[in-house]
Amino acid sequence: MENNQLILTQKLTKIYPMGQHQLYALKEVDLSFGPGEFAGLVGPSGSGKTTFLNIVGSLDVPSQGQVEVLGRRIETLTHKEAAELRKKHIGFIFQTFNLLPVYTVFENVEFPLILLGLPSSERRQRVMEALEWVRLADRANSRPAQLSGGECQRVAIARAIVKKPALILADEPTANLDAENSHNILQIMARLNQELGITFIFATHDEKVIGYLKRKITLVDGRVTKDETYSSQPGMEGHHEAS
Amino acid sequence: MIKFLLKGILRDRSRSLLPFLTISCGVMLTVVLYSWMKGAEANIAESSARFDYGHLKIMTRAYAEEAELIPNDLALVGVSELMAKVAKDFPQIEWTPRIKFGGLLDLPDEKGETLVQAPISGLAVNLLNPPSPEKDILNLENALVRGRLPQEAGEALLSEELAQRLGIQPGNVATIISQTMSGSLALANLRFVGTIHFGIQALDAQAILIDLADAQRILDMEDACGEILGFFKDRIFRPKVAAAMTKQFNTSFSQDADRFAPIMKNLLDQGGLADLLGMAQNVSSTIIFVFVLAMSIVLWNAGLMGNIRRHGEIGVRLAMGEDKGHLYRSLISESFIIGCLGSAVGTLIGLGLAYYLQVKGINVASLMENSSIFISEVMRARITWFGTVVGFIPGFAATLIGSSLSGLSVYRRQTSGLMKELEA
Repeated sequence: MENNQLILTQKLTKIYPMGQHQLYALKEVDLSFGPGEFAGLVGPSGSGKTTFLNIVGSLDVPSQGQVEVLGRRIETLTHKEAAELRKKHIGFIFQTFNLLPVYTVFENVEFPLILLGLPSSERRQRVMEALEWVRLADRANSRPAQLSGGECQRVAIARAIVKKPALILADEPTANLDAENSHNILQIMARLNQELGITFIFATHDEKVIGYLKRKITLVDGRVTKDETYSSQPGMEGHHEAS
Repeated sequence: MIKFLLKGILRDRSRSLLPFLTISCGVMLTVVLYSWMKGAEANIAESSARFDYGHLKIMTRAYAEEAELIPNDLALVGVSELMAKVAKDFPQIEWTPRIKFGGLLDLPDEKGETLVQAPISGLAVNLLNPPSPEKDILNLENALVRGRLPQEAGEALLSEELAQRLGIQPGNVATIISQTMSGSLALANLRFVGTIHFGIQALDAQAILIDLADAQRILDMEDACGEILGFFKDRIFRPKVAAAMTKQFNTSFSQDADRFAPIMKNLLDQGGLADLLGMAQNVSSTIIFVFVLAMSIVLWNAGLMGNIRRHGEIGVRLAMGEDKGHLYRSLISESFIIGCLGSAVGTLIGLGLAYYLQVKGINVASLMENSSIFISEVMRARITWFGTVVGFIPGFAATLIGSSLSGLSVYRRQTSGLMKELEA
């Protein structure tokens, strides 16, 4: 496998047993992602988008083939090693935000740093930086229930970036947001990608998200049918131009 | 991390309040019941020691075999010499001779004819000899209801209940009819100068209390007594020390085949008290076990409910890279904190109630009618050092069992399904 790639999959196949039959969620997927990519997996429901994110995020293992993420072979990792990889290097953003309701915005964002065992002063500084990024520093002491959907998703972004991961996996991050909030958070993520160099991989069928992607990978029935790269990021600057 | 968990617990009442209340209630009940049982044990042991068994008791072997019959014809003789020996051999013990006797009390009318008669249970102790510990042991100052304590020979006390029944007033003279040590009739007039109430049904029904020297004179028991009782000077019974003394004393007379040779018994050797106290301890242990079991089931259930409610949170934490072991330990830590707080609060409330029961007690006289056990009619709890920590046993055990079982669901969670679950 090539060492300059953040993610590299070779003949990645995921099979789910369905009684007497087998369901191929992914079929011999060969993909690679370099540092700083802003890519999305698009396709209809059941095309394998989430399964791909699951495996790349070390939440699941491939049935066949090889997957290397940040130099680690996913199929060989123990549960503990997989958790360690997620804890240190991978951030997640979910469709439903999944904030911890009893904790404040600050504490929600702080939690990944507590898992990393960082000292209190450093945690405070990094949490405030992350909240500045998502323009929620003034809501640090609010509870999730006091925030709008868009603000909740911005907190989720702050929680994902606070540990400065190499990779953020976002599964339908705008599905629960209106158009304005969707554009807001996409602009924030695009800016994080450009200025901090964090790699974002989305699973989406939201046209608004697709409009921001630098790379669009289309999955149909578990196979990659199209892999397009754009020279510009239209959500930021204009329309896509496939190459 | 602990601070973070603590914040979550304090803010999320549903995951803290129910377990907290469960543990607090269980611990409180455990502390109160344990203290109550200890109070009952102490009541039986202390009352029996004070009025009948002593911490140690010396009798003749023959007397010991028939002790319930109060066989004064088998009493110890040469008591002065024996008292001197045990005072020298066991200086940490206060020794006091006693004579128990039965008989009739005859109250005459103004013509000297029998007005009323009643059976009595007599106890003779050293009342007039100043170094005697009996006033303290029998707590006579507090037991006195009317009149005064005897101050000279020929004066006696009788129970208030008996005095009421017979119509005896302080200052009245009545005749005791009993049997001497040699089996002949014993008659003596005594002036009853006061009435007493020990709060023990077995004594208060028909007790009279006279000075030892009077009893020795009336019953022809010069330098003799039925029993010599020994008490630790601080009045705290020490079973192991008492057993060692008993063994030492009895060994020193082991070569003497005489059935009138003295024999020592300690408190637990008498009246099946060891079995009774053992049973009380078993009951205490059973109570604690039942509470641990019941609280564990409640906490297990609460934990399962909590895990269902926190399904999303646990999923997010696993997705963020928290190790399952770490997550499991944190769930147990949360329960541990709840267990600590619940146990502490439950213990404080329990000790408060136990203290109230220790000071005020509950009068169970109506349940003790015709009782022959030396047990106070006012049952009190007793706070012991172990009673202050005993609640932590069910508090922690239930917490650990409950959370350990419910937390296992973390290990059954498949990370591969997290994405879908978290978007549900």
